[in-house]
Amino acid sequence: MAEEVKLFRTWSSPVALRVIWALELKGIPYEVILEDLSNKSSLLLQYNPIHKKVPVLVHNGKSIAESLVILEYVEETWKQTPLLPEDPYERAMERFWAKFGDDKVLPSLWNVFNKQGKDQEEAIVPAQENLTYLEELLRGKIFFSGERIGFLDLAFGWLANMVSVFEEVMGATVLDNQKLPSLSAWMKNFMDAPIIKESWPPRDKLITKYQALREARIEKEAPK
Amino acid sequence: MAKNDDVKVLGAWPSPFVMRARIALNLKSIDYEFLEETIGSKSQLLLQSNPVHKKVPVLIHGDKPICESLIIVQYIDEVWTSAPSILPSDPYDRAIQRFWAAYVDDKLFASMRQIKSLEGEEKKAMVEQATEGIVLLEEAFEKCSKGKPFFGGDRIGYLDIAFGSILGWLRATEKMGEVKLLDEAKTPRLVKWAGRFCADGAVKDCMPETDKLIELAKVLMAKMKGAPPKQ
Repeated sequence: MAEEVKLFRTWSSPVALRVIWALELKGIPYEVILEDLSNKSSLLLQYNPIHKKVPVLVHNGKSIAESLVILEYVEETWKQTPLLPEDPYERAMERFWAKFGDDKVLPSLWNVFNKQGKDQEEAIVPAQENLTYLEELLRGKIFFSGERIGFLDLAFGWLANMVSVFEEVMGATVLDNQKLPSLSAWMKNFMDAPIIKESWPPRDKLITKYQALREARIEKEAPK
Repeated sequence: MAKNDDVKVLGAWPSPFVMRARIALNLKSIDYEFLEETIGSKSQLLLQSNPVHKKVPVLIHGDKPICESLIIVQYIDEVWTSAPSILPSDPYDRAIQRFWAAYVDDKLFASMRQIKSLEGEEKKAMVEQATEGIVLLEEAFEKCSKGKPFFGGDRIGYLDIAFGSILGWLRATEKMGEVKLLDEAKTPRLVKWAGRFCADGAVKDCMPETDKLIELAKVLMAKMKGAPPKQ
């Protein structure tokens, strides 16, 4: 039976990239359906009626949503180039830190991004604390998953690109290379890794997009 | 028993998340020591074994701590591979159960727990949000159960554990808020499922009593009202 794999993504979604990386690393052919979230296709709404977001993976007509759920599905369906370790404890650790990334690290960085002045200074503190956990996780390792890119690297992959975009847009530093040398090194290694390096959205487009987003948000929060 | 086989659960009786770990261990017939945290304080052991979140549950297997309830449930399923399986074997069925378990945590439980402190239009809107979510789970139940008693089929599985563990608080919210969340008319299958879940051998000893939860909620709400405003 011919395998049919489709992936709904937007040009910029960092979490959709997780699925692209997994499919590419495993050498699985797939078709991309590019979405514009301000004008969602009827197919997207059909395949992800609950959240109406990207990414959505459609495999032989069956749809799966939520990027980390999709990653586990890809891992379990196509066994080549395993992304998760075999040991249950190691697997639990990768899942724990992936959740930490989504529940704590990302929101804390958004919190810095959406603010300015004193509010931003205050927001930087918890963001840096969260990044310090990642620094400790990486000690002695090239990638979060060890010698090769794995599940946890894909879960944190957005950091490699988005932190520098955010910092350029904000004109502020969150990630101090001197204080977080392992994390800085990981970002560079991941950014330039084969397969990964071909996947990044155009940086100038990202800067434009996030500049506009930040201006809109700051204006919204400003006292009238 | 070798040290590596020691199983402890750090928990608290009202927590639905702690229940999940206990139900999973019960399903696998694993003996464990339940170390109950005092509500309002955190033990040294908790702070040491979950320094990142400082929350229960923590599963301590031998000398390894595992945190986050659904991650603990998956760990238990992967370490103790004897029947019953908690997650189904088919990757698509697993993905569906993981999707809905995340929905329970990120959307349903979050909206449900706000209801008891809301009034008027705000309360009405939150109740509507929660009941819509439960209607979605009724549809999911139809698809997952395929005519069998549980989301997991013949026996309790991952999504039964994820959703069923919040039934105590769901009932407490219904009583305190004087609202109906699990409705015979809208979600008849789930009403029956809830009865079966709560009566299950792996569940009934760790499901907290609704009235005790209500008592606790009132104490906590009073404390919060008396506390200085949060920054």
